[in-house]
Amino acid sequence: MNAATLQNRNRRVGLIALAMGLAMLGLGYAAVPLYRMFCQVTGFGGTTQRATAAEAARIKVSGRTIIVRFDGNVDRNMPWRFGPAQVSQTVAIGARSLARFTAKNLSDKPITGRASFNVEPEQAGIYFHKIQCFCFTEQTLQPGQEADMPVVYYVDPKILDDPDAKDIGAITLSYTFHKTEDAGAKALDRAGTGG
Amino acid sequence: MATTAPETFQAHGDRHHDHADHDHKPGFFARWFMSTNHKDIGTLYLIFAIVAGVIGGAVSGIMRLELMEPGIQYLGSVASLLGEKNPSFDQSLHLWNVLITAHGLIMVFFMVMPAIIGGFGNWFVPLMIGAPDMAFPRMNNISFWLTVAGFCSLMVSAFVPGGTGNGAGIGWTAYAPLSTSGSQGPAVDFAIFSLHLAGAASIMGAINFITTIFNMRAPGMTLHKMPLFVWSVLVTAFLLLLSLPVLAAGITMLITDRNFGTTFFDAAGGGDPVLYQHLFWFFGHPEVYIMILPGFGIVSQVVSTFSKKPVFGYLGMAYAMVAIGVVGFIVWAHHMYTTGLSVNTKMYFTAATMVIAVPTGIKIFSWIATMWGGSLEFKSPMVWAIGFIFLFTVGGVTGVVLANGGIDDNVQDTYYVVAHFHYVLSLGAVTALFCGFYYWFPKMSGRWHSEFLSKLHFLVFFVGVNMVFFPMHFLGLQGMPRRYPDYAEAYTYWNHVSTIGYFVMTVSIVIWFLNIIYAFTAGKKAEGNYWGEGATTLEWTLSSPPPFHQFETLPVIDDKGHH
Repeated sequence: MNAATLQNRNRRVGLIALAMGLAMLGLGYAAVPLYRMFCQVTGFGGTTQRATAAEAARIKVSGRTIIVRFDGNVDRNMPWRFGPAQVSQTVAIGARSLARFTAKNLSDKPITGRASFNVEPEQAGIYFHKIQCFCFTEQTLQPGQEADMPVVYYVDPKILDDPDAKDIGAITLSYTFHKTEDAGAKALDRAGTGG
Repeated sequence: MATTAPETFQAHGDRHHDHADHDHKPGFFARWFMSTNHKDIGTLYLIFAIVAGVIGGAVSGIMRLELMEPGIQYLGSVASLLGEKNPSFDQSLHLWNVLITAHGLIMVFFMVMPAIIGGFGNWFVPLMIGAPDMAFPRMNNISFWLTVAGFCSLMVSAFVPGGTGNGAGIGWTAYAPLSTSGSQGPAVDFAIFSLHLAGAASIMGAINFITTIFNMRAPGMTLHKMPLFVWSVLVTAFLLLLSLPVLAAGITMLITDRNFGTTFFDAAGGGDPVLYQHLFWFFGHPEVYIMILPGFGIVSQVVSTFSKKPVFGYLGMAYAMVAIGVVGFIVWAHHMYTTGLSVNTKMYFTAATMVIAVPTGIKIFSWIATMWGGSLEFKSPMVWAIGFIFLFTVGGVTGVVLANGGIDDNVQDTYYVVAHFHYVLSLGAVTALFCGFYYWFPKMSGRWHSEFLSKLHFLVFFVGVNMVFFPMHFLGLQGMPRRYPDYAEAYTYWNHVSTIGYFVMTVSIVIWFLNIIYAFTAGKKAEGNYWGEGATTLEWTLSSPPPFHQFETLPVIDDKGHH
């Protein structure tokens, strides 16, 4: 082995090592969509699920009931009043139910917001399905405008087969409204409110 | 063991080095500012780490002083010393956050890592494997100066606005949203940029070590004959290479969240702040092994040398480090037990974390087994090595306690955690650093330190650090939270003791500096193998200090060579 081949071997090992470093950098960024997918698939951190009306129609309603509590709040930079119209609902597991939230723009400017959401306890996230929700899209309220924001949901009866979740007596569904940066003056999307 | 075979090849690729036989050194500026010599760069790293360590230690001194009594005594005057005119109460409190941030970042990135990897790694990995230098000497130079630049960036951050007051008050973890929307002003950007620079430097250093160790071992030195210190640096280099880019990705997302309107960690835009914690700790947990593994390597060499025996269970020791490195990547969420993990996730991370105690136990066992029946000599490095084994074990035991998700729910973010990680890092890694320092100082400088002062240094340091950190176990179990400059009066007694311990520890550092001064002014000249028959690795076949260029003809390791 002479000096030239050592230099070549060094260069090769060095480049392989560099490639490993770059791959980990890429993996760091890939973690962002992967983490989102992981939360959606597993309901991690109380991430709720989305279902179509057709899927919801196929669900068999179970005899057991569960209490669903509602919570609504706003980010500290958000000049809206927002909260649930009912404190809780007692629903049959598997049955579709409609809950209402109300929001009012307290400022003198049109403001667009988006709601983030999760449920407590967190292991219920995978079983909590929303068919329609105001949180699926951005919402815009004109100055002083008040709006009704419905959500249609059901609790999947599979929750009764999960040893970690079957004893849950009450699920709290929580929303937080955040101001989106591009507060354009789009009119409130009535169709979007429902879907 | 190592014999020099004249027929082996000319090691230097660079032909202009063929004057090396008369040990020609470049002039001062070229030698120290444009250095490509692994020993000179190692020396630069060590000097840099000492400077950074003094600054980081002074920062912790301000913190201990403030915590000596309940109430806020010193933060305001320190804030005005740092250039804040008439600081408000909130600005004084912000300074506390800046201090904990600076202390953590300096000690992790600019003291322990440069000293143990950049300093001892650069100095002794090529010597121990019989290589003339590192594989990429120029990249080695870039690594060092990037580290210096990173440190400057962190220092600058202390003097520019960072939200409530000057400086980045985000903790070494830089959790979002405190580090994004919670801290307006350029200080946090400077601090994050300093991590980018230090991270890039370490990644380049890691590539350099991996290439050097894989390609440039002396003929006959198989991987299974490498000294354990080289093994430890190899594992560490892989940990750096695989974990630091993830940190780089995470903190780059912080930068873009702060300045360019992305919302990776902002719930308002669909992001999740907890994702940052996952990214950070995916790096952060391997990072704690990055800081301690080379220390394991140093202690293995020292225990073997002063027991005059090859280390017990060499292969087990080497692969225990590999196992610690591998498992270290899959336990990160034990830093996040209280972020809302499910019971099953917590169970997994508890179990996986406890598994690490097995290879760590193998190491502690093997060190003791190496001493068992050995011809022990309690020279200064050995005293430090035994101190390391004791202190690291204490830190390891509290680590096993904290690994339990259920217990951690109660003691998370208390001083119990502070005590735990200072026992393994401040007492563990730093003790290993001093151990390596006294083991190799005469080799690096050619001068003897005073054995008396070295042992006095150990004694005072040992008493001091235990006084600082052992009471923190009590404070933590009684519920004192970390990261506050004030506390309830009930915690006064042990905080007072802890601060007195800091002063004792400071005295030991003064003794250390006196020892260095003694060595350079009055120290005896050191011979090549001054530790005698127990010191069997290749650096002991060279003079002290080694020639500017060593192993012009490569040493050959015969089959009987031990590790």
